[in-house]
Amino acid sequence: MGQFRVLLVDDEEELVTTIIERLKFRDVDGAYELNGASAIERMRKEPFDIVVLDLKLPGISGEETLRVMKQEHPEIPVLLITGHGSSIMDEKVPRGAAGFLAKPINIDDLLARIKEVLAKNGH
Amino acid sequence: MKAEEKIPAQIESSDEESGWTTPRYHRLRRLSITVTSLVALIPLMVMLLINYYQDQESYHAESFYTISRMLSNTQRTLEYAVQERKAALSFIISEIPYEQLTQKEHLQRVLQNLNHSFGGFVDLGIIDSSGNQAYYVGPYNLEGKNYRDQAWFSEVNIRGEFVSDVFMGFRNIPHFVIAFKHEKPGKGYFIFRATIDMEMISKVFYSLDMDRNTDAFLINQKSVLQTSSIFYGSILTQLDIEIPPRYRHREVIDEYEKSDGKWETSGFSFIQDTPFILCVIKQRENPFLHWLYRRSDMLWFLLVSIILILAVVVYGSSHTIKRLRELDKRRAKVYHNIEYTNKMATIGRMAAGIAHEINNPLAIINEKAGLLSDLTFHSKDLPDRDKFFGLAESITKSVERCSGVTRRLLGFARRMDVKKEAIEVKQLLEEVISFQKTEMIHRKIDIKMKVPEGMKPIISDRGQLQQVFLNIVNNAFAAVDIGGEIIIETDNGDAQTIAVSVTDNGVGISENNLKHIFEPFYSTKGEFGTGLGLSITHDIVQKLGGSIKVRSKLGEGTCFTVILPRETNH
Repeated sequence: MGQFRVLLVDDEEELVTTIIERLKFRDVDGAYELNGASAIERMRKEPFDIVVLDLKLPGISGEETLRVMKQEHPEIPVLLITGHGSSIMDEKVPRGAAGFLAKPINIDDLLARIKEVLAKNGH
Repeated sequence: MKAEEKIPAQIESSDEESGWTTPRYHRLRRLSITVTSLVALIPLMVMLLINYYQDQESYHAESFYTISRMLSNTQRTLEYAVQERKAALSFIISEIPYEQLTQKEHLQRVLQNLNHSFGGFVDLGIIDSSGNQAYYVGPYNLEGKNYRDQAWFSEVNIRGEFVSDVFMGFRNIPHFVIAFKHEKPGKGYFIFRATIDMEMISKVFYSLDMDRNTDAFLINQKSVLQTSSIFYGSILTQLDIEIPPRYRHREVIDEYEKSDGKWETSGFSFIQDTPFILCVIKQRENPFLHWLYRRSDMLWFLLVSIILILAVVVYGSSHTIKRLRELDKRRAKVYHNIEYTNKMATIGRMAAGIAHEINNPLAIINEKAGLLSDLTFHSKDLPDRDKFFGLAESITKSVERCSGVTRRLLGFARRMDVKKEAIEVKQLLEEVISFQKTEMIHRKIDIKMKVPEGMKPIISDRGQLQQVFLNIVNNAFAAVDIGGEIIIETDNGDAQTIAVSVTDNGVGISENNLKHIFEPFYSTKGEFGTGLGLSITHDIVQKLGGSIKVRSKLGEGTCFTVILPRETNH
């Protein structure tokens, strides 16, 4: 499995910058955006292997962002994060999403899920 | 002795919920029965009274009329009989010269003629002014008798004519006397005296058409019987009858109650120019009893009607009040359920808000601690490197604990929405127990989970089920002592249902309380309980298509069994 780039979309800057930094320690290249619109814009300019998207976003909602992303880059998988911190079983996975992660995220879980999804996509 | 109870479909509950206490319903019932009965029965009673008085009135009218007619007819007959004889005697002394009258043969003939024409004459006598009976014709030997000292003699001397009371006299038969004073040719006077047998008068009474309750007779001014009476005995008996004064109306009729309970209507009529008073008496039983007897068919009908009316009124009122009470109860229950649901929804929304707000900073803390840990890991020559690791790990663990709390809060919030989903019963029960973990450890309560692995999930509402088991487990916790034991076990039930039972070895529930524990506001926890917990539990289980049973014995423990459908249809 080669190197990959992650785009992290969440409005909590403190959270995303820390996660990016931690991913770097684990040799994962990551970028972040704080809202849906800028994330869609970023994806048009730079190549990413996977997107980790918070559903609760200012401006364009997480669901709408997901829809546009899948429309423009159907090959890039999107993992969703939710603040509804309960069991994932409860939530319905929106169409197009590769999976769900509950906040707070364990960094190793996140990595494991990312790799799992990428492996499935034949990365 | 284990009391097992299936929850009744209709929960009987106390009345406090509606603010209506039992005595209040009883009062209302009494009032309703009283008012309705009165409204129904008073007209009946009034009709009855009217009937009674009309009956009495018509009886009076009838008996007064009968007596009146009898009085006037008899009076006329008697007056005529006496008048006729007086007239005859008066004629005799006016027309026949004294010399002829004093001839015995002549006087004898006069007597014969009188009896022939009128009848009833016993004898005739001529008495001189000194009271000696100078001449006499008749069946007795009374010539020479002296009447000077007798009352009638002085009366006739004063008044000129006289009709006596009835007496036995020398003759020893009931008779009365008619006497006239007449001038003697020449000088002085004489008294012409005729004795009349009472039989002549009595005949009048024999011919009267009277029923067995009626009597007619003559009395004198001193209430002495002048003829024999059916009610009062034979002639010359002293009666206890109060004679009315001589009114202008010669007829007096009155009704009164006698000391023996009988009622009498009596009528009096004065026979003109005689001392006789005609008396007609009609007796009857107590008028009320008499009326009861005569109207028995109507009274029976009335009695049956009254019983029917009362029965309908009592049943109707009781039924209405019972329905009212049930409705009040149901309304109060619905009202409180709504209130409770609203309250829980509010709390739920608040909980969800708080959980979300806390989750974000928690996530940041978590990542920062993680970064701290990462940095420490990569700085191989950092002093106190292990200590930093420890600190970071400690922060991460605390964050995990906080996450548990927010997760539960969110779970609680979601309980408000009704939705069906597949539920692992074991997982659900473990979640419920996790809420009580602190108390469990604190009070050293032993919880034994006897739930097999790999049970097929059931389709139901997670939030509602959590609440059901939380309530039951809460109660079990409240019931057990320190070091108590709670067993939670599942039974695979059948194809349609599963059963979950929660058994504790706590204080137990008395048989009396057991009947009421699913009623809203029935609490044995005094001021610490709302009395809603088990009521809501019961309602939820019913809503999910299940049922709940309880078995308990005071001092030994309680077992709640919840039977749930594998798939709820609600």
